[in-house]
Amino acid sequence: MATVTAPATGAPAEHDVYTDDEQLIGGRQTLVTIGEKIGNVCLGEVPTPKGWWIMFLAGFTLLQALVIGLAWLFYLGTGVWGINSPVFWGVAIVNFVWWIGIGHAGTLISAILLLMHQKWRTSLNRFAESMTLFAVMCAGIFPLIHMGRPWLAYWLFPFPNNMAAWPQFRSPLCWDAFAVSTYFSVSLLFWYIGLIPDFAYLRDHAKSKIQQIVYGMLAMGWRGSAMHWRRYEKLYLLLAGLGTPLVFSVHTIVSFDFAVSIVPLWHATIFPPFFVAGAIFAGFAMVIWLAIPIRHWYGMKDLITEKHLDVCAKIMLGTGLLVSYGYFSEVWMAWYSQSTYEWDTTLQRMFGPYGWSYWLLILTNTIIPQLIWFKKFRRNEFLLFLVAGSVHIGMWFERYVIIVTLTRDHVPSSWGRYAPTLADYLVMFGSLGLFLTLFALFMRFLPMLSITEMRELLPHKAGGRDGHAVMENAK
Amino acid sequence: MSAPETPQTWGMLAEFDSADALITATRKVREAGYTKMDGHSPYPIGEVADELGFPRSEIGAVMFIGGMVGATMGFLMLTWVSWVEYPLNIAGKPYFSWSMFIPITWELLVLSASVSGVVGLLALCGLPMPYHPLFNVPAFARATKDGFFLSVEAADPKFDADSTRAFLLGLPDVKSVEEVPA
Repeated sequence: MATVTAPATGAPAEHDVYTDDEQLIGGRQTLVTIGEKIGNVCLGEVPTPKGWWIMFLAGFTLLQALVIGLAWLFYLGTGVWGINSPVFWGVAIVNFVWWIGIGHAGTLISAILLLMHQKWRTSLNRFAESMTLFAVMCAGIFPLIHMGRPWLAYWLFPFPNNMAAWPQFRSPLCWDAFAVSTYFSVSLLFWYIGLIPDFAYLRDHAKSKIQQIVYGMLAMGWRGSAMHWRRYEKLYLLLAGLGTPLVFSVHTIVSFDFAVSIVPLWHATIFPPFFVAGAIFAGFAMVIWLAIPIRHWYGMKDLITEKHLDVCAKIMLGTGLLVSYGYFSEVWMAWYSQSTYEWDTTLQRMFGPYGWSYWLLILTNTIIPQLIWFKKFRRNEFLLFLVAGSVHIGMWFERYVIIVTLTRDHVPSSWGRYAPTLADYLVMFGSLGLFLTLFALFMRFLPMLSITEMRELLPHKAGGRDGHAVMENAK
Repeated sequence: MSAPETPQTWGMLAEFDSADALITATRKVREAGYTKMDGHSPYPIGEVADELGFPRSEIGAVMFIGGMVGATMGFLMLTWVSWVEYPLNIAGKPYFSWSMFIPITWELLVLSASVSGVVGLLALCGLPMPYHPLFNVPAFARATKDGFFLSVEAADPKFDADSTRAFLLGLPDVKSVEEVPA
C-alpha cells in the first residue's frame, strides 16, 4: 500500500535519524517540511493513495447499508429489529456504547495528555479528535432511532410547548441526551479551534482559488497575532481542562443508563469507572487502527513514529487490565454479596445460553491483549493491528454480554432469547460505513495532524519551541 | 485609523529569522516607546505577548462567568420544572431531588463555559476578519509557515515612516522591513 511517499522531505528518513531527542519526530524536519508534509495532502499535491480509495469506497458502500437499514426501520418501526420482551435494549444500545466509548480516546489524547505534558500526544491529537467527532455522530444515531418515533427526538430537551409537558429530569436517559450533545458540541469546538491556525496555513499556501476561498473562510482571518495567540492558548488549555472531567462524566452517565436500574449485575458501583476504562481501551484500539494507515498511505512515519504506537499500545494494555479487573470485580461482588440473584445471573452469564459471548469477551479483551507485554507486538504494526482488532470485537461483546443479561429475569416464566436481525446488522455495519466515509474525507481535506502543534514540538534548533508549552503560555 | 501625515500607510512590517529574534525585537521596540504593535508567528510564543504588555488574557474570566451562568440557570430550570411547573412523582423521590439534577447542571456548565470561551475568543480578537491590511504584503504568507513578523501601526503616536523603518532595520536578526499599504 505504501505507494506514495510525501514530497519535499529530502532524503528518505532512516530509522536512527530523529529531529528531536525524544525520538518523536523522524527525519530532519523543519517548520517548512512539517507544513508541506501535512498540508500538501489537503491541497491536493499528494496523489491520492490506493488505500484511501479502498477505505472511502468500502465506507461509502457500507453507508448505503445504513440508508437502507434506516429507511426500512422508519417505514415499519422497531419491530424489524430483534428486540422483544424481555430484551428491549438490543444491539442498538450495544452500538451506541461501543461508538461513544471509541470517541473517548480522542478526548483523552487531546485534553488529558495535554494537561499531563505528554509531548507524544501532538502527532495524534488531531486525527484522534476527528475520530471522536465521527464516533459520536455514529453513536448519536442509535438512541434516536431506538426511540421508535425518532422524529420526536427533540422532546428529550426542555422547551416550552403546547402540551405543557417537560422531560423527566431524574432519568439517566435524559442526562444522556444532555451529556452526549454537550460532548459533541464541546469536542467540535475544541477541534475547530485547533484547526483555525492550520486553516490559515492552507489559505496562505493554497494552490487554487477554491481552496483559498474555502480554507480562507474557515480560517476566519487568522493572522498569527501574538495577542490572539495568548487568548487562543488560554482557551485551548481551559477547553482541555473542561474536556477532561467532561469525558469522565459522559461515560459515567452512559453507565448510569444501566447502573441506575435494578437489574442484577447492572446495579453496580463499579460501572462508571469500569465503563470509562473500557472506553479508553476501545478508543486507543481505534487510534492504532487509524494511525497505521495514515503512516503508510501518506508517509507519515516520521511524524507518527514507532514510539507513538508503542505508547498507545501500552495505554491500551493498562486500560485493558483495568477492564479485566472490572470483570473480576463483577464476579467477586456477586459471589461475596451472597445475593441469590446476582450470583445466579453471573452463572447464567458464564454458562447460560449466551455463555459463549462471555468467554469470547474474556478471550478478546483480557487474554489476547496480554500479548502487548511483548515488545514485538508493540512495535510490529501488523501484530498490533490484529491485537487492536481483537479489542474492537471484545469491547462490542462486553456491551452485548450486558444486554443479554436481560434474557434471564428473576422469574423463569419471563425468560426469553434475543438475536439481532438483518435490519439490526444493516444499521450496525452501516454506521461503520458512515465513520469510514467521514474519516476518509477528513484525511483528504483537513490536516490529519496539527501543523501548528507539530511545529511547536520541533526542537529550538529546528525552529520550534521544544514541545507544547501551553501550560506555561496560557495566561 | 491611519495617521494624518501618512495616509497611504497602515504601518511597517519587519520579518525576523527566529522566534527568539522576534522576542528580542518586540522588547526593543516597546522600550523605544512604541505602543501600537503586534507580533505574528506560525505558533504561539508567550514571551512576545508578555513583551507586548498583554500578560494575561480575558478568556479565563469570560469562561468562568459563562460557566457559572450556565450552571445556575440550568439548576434553576431543573428545579422549577421538577418542583413547580411539572411535578412528577418518580418512585416517591422528592420533587426537589437536587442530587439528581447535578449531571445536567454539570453538562450545562461545561457547554456554556466552552461556548462563551469560543465566542469570547472570536469577539475579543475581532474575528472573523477575512480582510486585513497585513495580507497586502505577499511575504506575510510566511507568518503561517516559517516567518516571524513584527508590525508597527501608523496609528502609533511615535510612528514615522522613515525613522521607524530605520529603527526596525537596526534590530538584531532582522530579515526585511516592508511598508504595509493601507
